[in-house]
Amino acid sequence: MRRTATVALVATTVFVLAGCASSAEPSPAQSDPALTGTVTVFAAASLTESFSEIEKQFEERNPGVDVVLNFGGSSTLAEQIVQGAPADVFGAANPQTMKTVVDASLATEQTIFVTNTLEIVVPAGNPGGVTGLADLARPELAIALCAQEVPCGAATEQAFAAAGFSAAPDTLEQDVKAVLTKVRLGEADAGIVYRTDVKAAGGDVVGIPFDEAADVVNDYPISTLTDAPNPRAARAFVEFVLSDAARSVFDEAGFGVPQ
Amino acid sequence: MAVLGLPLVALIVRAPWAQLPELLGRTETIAALLLSLGTSALATIVSVILGVPLAVVLARSASWPAIPRRLMRALVTVPLVLPPVVGGVALLLLLGRRGLIGEWLNAWWGVSIPFTTSAVMIAQVFVAMPFLVLAVEGALRSSDRRFEVVAATLGASRFTVFRRITLPLVAPAVAAGALLTFTRSLGEFGATITFAGSFPGVTQTLPIATYLELQRDPNAAIALSLLLMGVAVIVLVSLRDRWVPGVTA
Repeated sequence: MRRTATVALVATTVFVLAGCASSAEPSPAQSDPALTGTVTVFAAASLTESFSEIEKQFEERNPGVDVVLNFGGSSTLAEQIVQGAPADVFGAANPQTMKTVVDASLATEQTIFVTNTLEIVVPAGNPGGVTGLADLARPELAIALCAQEVPCGAATEQAFAAAGFSAAPDTLEQDVKAVLTKVRLGEADAGIVYRTDVKAAGGDVVGIPFDEAADVVNDYPISTLTDAPNPRAARAFVEFVLSDAARSVFDEAGFGVPQ
Repeated sequence: MAVLGLPLVALIVRAPWAQLPELLGRTETIAALLLSLGTSALATIVSVILGVPLAVVLARSASWPAIPRRLMRALVTVPLVLPPVVGGVALLLLLGRRGLIGEWLNAWWGVSIPFTTSAVMIAQVFVAMPFLVLAVEGALRSSDRRFEVVAATLGASRFTVFRRITLPLVAPAVAAGALLTFTRSLGEFGATITFAGSFPGVTQTLPIATYLELQRDPNAAIALSLLLMGVAVIVLVSLRDRWVPGVTA
């Protein structure tokens, strides 16, 4: 009697579960079978706003996945990956920082997904009266630039070299957002950041384009990492970043399309 | 013991000993070292000048009402428990060009503190002075007040009592506190990079240079770390038994 009841109970449970499973059809937007787990994405600081938006959209399409974003200077992130930080995806602000990771055999295929252009940034109201690149050599102004090893700093150096110009910076910051913050707070009279950062800071800052920026456009590569803890979801994330949905997010933010 | 000692052992074991002279001899490294030593020394002097009187006031505050006394003690201890970056942000909001005081400094005298070597020193004083104050205060509290009382009965003025009785009694604690202040200033990173920025020769101290080198040339970063560790060890060894604030030999 008891055994019959147990069998009946087990059978019922199995049928109920089978019924549930078959009714949970994956929605068309999901990849099949459903992705789960965490995707750790190390991304350049300049990707903060756009990747945060992409994270939201990706998580909507893949409810089982949690995207964890880690922003910072690309060179710092590259070094962390080389030192063994557990990451699935790396989005760098220039190919040289990605090369650090590739050289350590931690990334293989890389795709350029956006480009970014430099722009001079000044606090709202332009207290320093900055009109162009030449003003960045004025010693009485507080100028904030990215340090050379960071992609934004490397591009700035190249732009200066192209212009045959020598700036007089007062501080060399670790990532582009630090430069932006110094300008936003009014501590610096001018700095050089990306066009996307100027857009992201809204009314707190004003952007001043300069000609040489067109010659030093930064190509942003993205790659899944060889030691990724969650390779399937990592690949799906990179595919999403390369998709049209993400393209509109990047366009909105001010990024350029790779040639 | 292992938790504290093994990381240092790892540093020594993995150091690029053969390349050490070349790595440490670079101009930027020497510049960072001299800047660090210079600003830390100045910060220590400032801390002694400002901190010893503060410590005397604190130690003799037993007769004050409870709340002002506790508040003062808390204020002195706050920089010790505050994350350095938070200290840097706070300093920026006070002395930055749009800061509470900095705005007026800038408007009236055209003085701008961030991105200068003075900013480095101010950041160091902010984080390190509490060490000195607490060390001296501890010594004062435990010192025998009867000497001072006797000196007063013998006709010494308050200043003479302070100069010839109190100060010599706490001199070892001042020395110990000063050495701790110096070492803490040498290692200051978060407040410096937030408030003073980072520029070679002006504000790029040894810890900041080490952080930067980690992204460029990890071997150089290890060399710089060894250097910093070496300086710290030398300073602390010379303290011998007296390096816990408030505890005298």
